[in-house]
Amino acid sequence: MNAGRRGAAVKIAGLRKEYVSGQGRVLALDTIDLTIAGGEFLCIVGPSGCGKSTLLRILAGLDHQSAGSFTVETGGWSVANAMVFQESGLFPWMSVETNVGFGLMTRGVPGPEAKQRVEAALKLVGLTKFRHHYPHQLSGGMRQRSAIARAFVTDPAMLLMDEPFAALDAQNRVILQAELVRIWNETRKTVIYVTHSIEEALLMGDRCVIMTAQPGRIKQIINVPFPHPRDLIKLSAAPEFGALKLDIWHVLEEEVTRARAELEL
Amino acid sequence: MNALSAKTRDRLLYMISPLLFLALWQLLLMAGLGDRRFIPAPSDIAVRFWQLVLSGELAMHTGVTLLRVFGGFFIGAIPGVACGLLMAMFRPVRFMIDPLIAALFPIPKIALMPLLLLAFGFGDASKIALVAIAVFFPVCVNTYVGAANIEKIYWDVARNYGASQTVMFTRIVFFGALPTVFAGIRIAVAVSFIVLVAAEFVATKSGLGYLIWNSWELLQVDIMFCGIVTIGILGLITSALLQELERKIIPWKAE
Repeated sequence: MNAGRRGAAVKIAGLRKEYVSGQGRVLALDTIDLTIAGGEFLCIVGPSGCGKSTLLRILAGLDHQSAGSFTVETGGWSVANAMVFQESGLFPWMSVETNVGFGLMTRGVPGPEAKQRVEAALKLVGLTKFRHHYPHQLSGGMRQRSAIARAFVTDPAMLLMDEPFAALDAQNRVILQAELVRIWNETRKTVIYVTHSIEEALLMGDRCVIMTAQPGRIKQIINVPFPHPRDLIKLSAAPEFGALKLDIWHVLEEEVTRARAELEL
Repeated sequence: MNALSAKTRDRLLYMISPLLFLALWQLLLMAGLGDRRFIPAPSDIAVRFWQLVLSGELAMHTGVTLLRVFGGFFIGAIPGVACGLLMAMFRPVRFMIDPLIAALFPIPKIALMPLLLLAFGFGDASKIALVAIAVFFPVCVNTYVGAANIEKIYWDVARNYGASQTVMFTRIVFFGALPTVFAGIRIAVAVSFIVLVAAEFVATKSGLGYLIWNSWELLQVDIMFCGIVTIGILGLITSALLQELERKIIPWKAE
């Protein structure tokens, strides 16, 4: 991949999203302002219902904002973004290989080139041997790795990840987190990673956006002080990591308690 | 108990109830309970069946019926699938076709036979048309339901990864609907036998329906039973073939 290149730079200004539901209007996102540098690994943390997935879906073009705007500076990358969903979203009727190559097929990448890129992506996530398998023949971790390969193979300027490892067991999660950070380090794509786990956000992110629920607002943005490359296992055991995690937990706890109190009214 | 013998045991259980039924039937008639001219024993039917096979008469009627069933099936199923997919993908199509289906689906298709005789005459064409119409509805409705209920995430993934309308249609909606389409096809095959045999009662001189009705009129009850048994056998064979086909075409549904 191209050395020295940086992923997409994103500017979000005054973004709002309202849903009309049975009980009236729900404000999912309230005036989000956020600037993301090219090549940054940004994590968004918040309780359920804080609109973090909605924000991601708007950036992915799968949903539209009610007000405000955002710009994505793709810096010459041909594919603007690729999303990795919470459930892998692999098509059950396609083999792993065909699933991974899906974004190349839709964009008319010629056969031999597509084949080569799929090959490389499968190697990256360690699934070369399983290329002819169908998703139902894979474990949850392997499915998620396939979904990551499918995103990477399109060589996007920005990766949008919606709790991609939430459904995995702890061991697989740690392995995939380390893998993702390593790949990000090599390719310098912009990564926007949504999670409800503070620990996950601090382990991987350059910056960590903390959101509040109902309405979804940015409560605080934290610069994660740990330099890359990181050893995620060691980092997670370090005392300064634990201290930071505790700080953020207090911020979030306040929010969760408030949101729950409001729900019970 | 290992897997193979469990499977064998299941197979035996599968065969034993029809065999018991036949044995009981035979015994009751041999005991003199019933007039064998009107209710032939399984052995009488078997003998007659064999005669009909040897004379080639049964093969002729079966061939005609199969031609009509499968001719009509393909003519009805292909537009049925296309129509169901279009309904799922485009709202205007759905709103245009929905009332038509709602109105036409419940009409017993056999009620259309006189109309079709008028349009296509007494030859094979009218029967094929009847089967095609009967097949179209279950296939179309099932395809629509299958395509409309494709999980949202697949649409999201396809859109996010740049799928065009054509790719959506041919790679996502079609395959996503396929398991349900197959359920529709199973129903359609059964329905085609039902309407065709009924149609053959009246408007033709060949086919298994004709064989059954004609032998009833001549009071050749054993031949009548041969026709019924043949239809049953055809049903079994097509059902098994469909199952095999489904396994080949929808490998992801394996477990």
